[in-house]
Amino acid sequence: MPIKPFENFRGAVLPLDRANVDTDAIIPKQFLKSIKRTGFGPNLFDEWRYLDRGEPGQDCSNRPLNPDFVLNDPKYADATILLTRHNFGCGSSREHAPWALADYGFKVLIAPSFADIFHQNAIKNGLLPIVLDEAIVDRLFQLATDSDEPLTIDVDLQNLTLDADGHGTIEIDIDPFHHHCLIHGLDDIGLTLTHADDIAAYEARRQNEAPWLFA
Amino acid sequence: MPTPRTLYDKIWDDHVVRTDEHGTSLLYIDRQLVHEVTSPQAFEGLRLAGRKPRRPETHLAVPDHNVPTTDRHLGITDPISRIQVEALEANCREFGIQLFDMADKRQGIVHVIGPEEGFTLPGITMVCGDSHTSTHGAFGALAFGVGTSEVEHVLATQCLLQRKSKSMLVSVDGELGRGVTAKDIVLAIIGEIGTAGGTGHVIEYGGDAIRALSMEGRMTVCNMSIEAGARAGLIGIDEKTIDYVRGRPMAPQGELFEQAAEHWRSLNSDPGAEYDRVVHIDAASIRPQVTWGTSPEMVLPVDGSVPDPAEIADPVKAGSYRHALAYMGLTPGTPLAEIPLDKVFIGSCTNGRIEDLRAAAEVARGRKVADSIKLAMVVPGSGLVKEQAEAEGLDRIFTEAGFEWREPGCSMCLAMNADRLEPGERCASTSNRNFEGRQGQGGRTHLVSPAMAAAAAIHGRFVDVREEGA
Ligand code: SF4
Repeated sequence: MPIKPFENFRGAVLPLDRANVDTDAIIPKQFLKSIKRTGFGPNLFDEWRYLDRGEPGQDCSNRPLNPDFVLNDPKYADATILLTRHNFGCGSSREHAPWALADYGFKVLIAPSFADIFHQNAIKNGLLPIVLDEAIVDRLFQLATDSDEPLTIDVDLQNLTLDADGHGTIEIDIDPFHHHCLIHGLDDIGLTLTHADDIAAYEARRQNEAPWLFA
Repeated sequence: MPTPRTLYDKIWDDHVVRTDEHGTSLLYIDRQLVHEVTSPQAFEGLRLAGRKPRRPETHLAVPDHNVPTTDRHLGITDPISRIQVEALEANCREFGIQLFDMADKRQGIVHVIGPEEGFTLPGITMVCGDSHTSTHGAFGALAFGVGTSEVEHVLATQCLLQRKSKSMLVSVDGELGRGVTAKDIVLAIIGEIGTAGGTGHVIEYGGDAIRALSMEGRMTVCNMSIEAGARAGLIGIDEKTIDYVRGRPMAPQGELFEQAAEHWRSLNSDPGAEYDRVVHIDAASIRPQVTWGTSPEMVLPVDGSVPDPAEIADPVKAGSYRHALAYMGLTPGTPLAEIPLDKVFIGSCTNGRIEDLRAAAEVARGRKVADSIKLAMVVPGSGLVKEQAEAEGLDRIFTEAGFEWREPGCSMCLAMNADRLEPGERCASTSNRNFEGRQGQGGRTHLVSPAMAAAAAIHGRFVDVREEGA
């Protein structure tokens, strides 16, 4: 699926103060029965967000909300940047997790670390996962929760920096290939198919070396 | 002298099609397993772009996550699950991909049937839209889970864009004690390095205790590499690996097999090969493990007690412990052996193979499930595991003891079908994830080995399986 180019962008931060948030928590399994890629936003963090049990296909607008869950705090209603703790997105490889985050409206994810498969899936869906030092993440949590106003962050993907409401510029580090894909919004199947000759040459060579894989 | 290489280096080098200026490689993928949950959107993507699978014969599909484990002949009653399974069947027909459907006796959990059929082979690259694809690393294959976009990418191009991971050696040295199993090894490793310990790495498992494991045991260890944060786990190839593969229906046969085996024998890390990180674990020190929390790293030996968050210095970690204890309904200081259980689940891609069922049956033989246990179920990993177990009379041992004997599938490992925990119910489970809600909303999961799960069913609480029927 081709993805849209990622532009420089400004958004409000939602602080989700939990480590090891797994993809079962991001989108519980009953919603994996869908055969579509869209419509998962209302069920993002379903078990933390609502007080009842969610079922696929249900209208979520009348469900009882969990007032203690940060996503339901009106202060963060317009957030598009998710700030969280280490190992975000661990567990199941379900791409429904980034689909749900994107469908809800998140564009940027900030954490001290992300699980590998989730990180890859996020990029494929035009989400920008940013890894920052634990100390900087701590500081951002403080800024995001201290004031009554949500914290706003500017992400400059050309210059690889972010700015937290005038609290200083932070450099960000992104894999150059991912960076390239994000700013150009490439369709990576299309990109790979431009190397069809290389693939065919590899197959021809490999067929000699390991014929049992082609039998 | 060529530089010594790790097994990971060797498989990687064998599969690089090209590497670009950013250091990203196009990696050739030899085999892909497909199931109903993570594939519909990938096939839809192909259809929308007018693309076809490059080598349809390199994919094998099976429904497993959604299938019922009772009354198969009635079909799937949940209409949404049924649509997903039917979509898989229709997609396989349209794109020419081999499918084991629900009525096929070879049907089962993707990670059980791949090795069983000889679809999984040593030295290959293999992916599946499922994180426990790491299981197949037991064969010295580079196998890892991918998302749906990548499932589509592999279908269309037979390749993936990858950067090489770092390498970690986990060496389990010495001999395991009696009653201690592959599951206890991997839980102990996760307890040691943490659920993010392997992030960005491929883990190779070595040492005498790993060498001594059967192929089933090696699969159990590699299976949970993902719970240690690693995308893939690997074990070097030896005669055990080759013997397991020989004669399997989809494996090479005759002359071609011997040629392949010759190559496979070269797939071990060279002496002196370097790893980015090395961890040593003393096998003799590993005791039967039980998880107490909501992350696989929250694990202790069965003779331990529920930890106290007040004694944890790191505030983020203490916070997770508090959350976990609240969710699990546990009080600090409670001995794990005093926790009463409601349900027991034996199965999954971690522990649903024949050897696992034998180990559990050994404990259950001639005994009864405790009255306090509402449900104890055994779900074989595949139709062929079920058939083998029945030929050995294991089903009778289980049913006479009061266990339910079910049809193969993922079942209560993730509770996408009708098998699930009710809120507050506590389960001893041989699966791999104890996340909140994993086995049903509000359900509480404790991960253990098959023998430990069977013993827990008999006693209604955890017991040290080493003290059972000796
Ligand atoms: S048994 Fe569990 S972990 Fe394994 S593939 Fe099925 S759902 Fe995933």
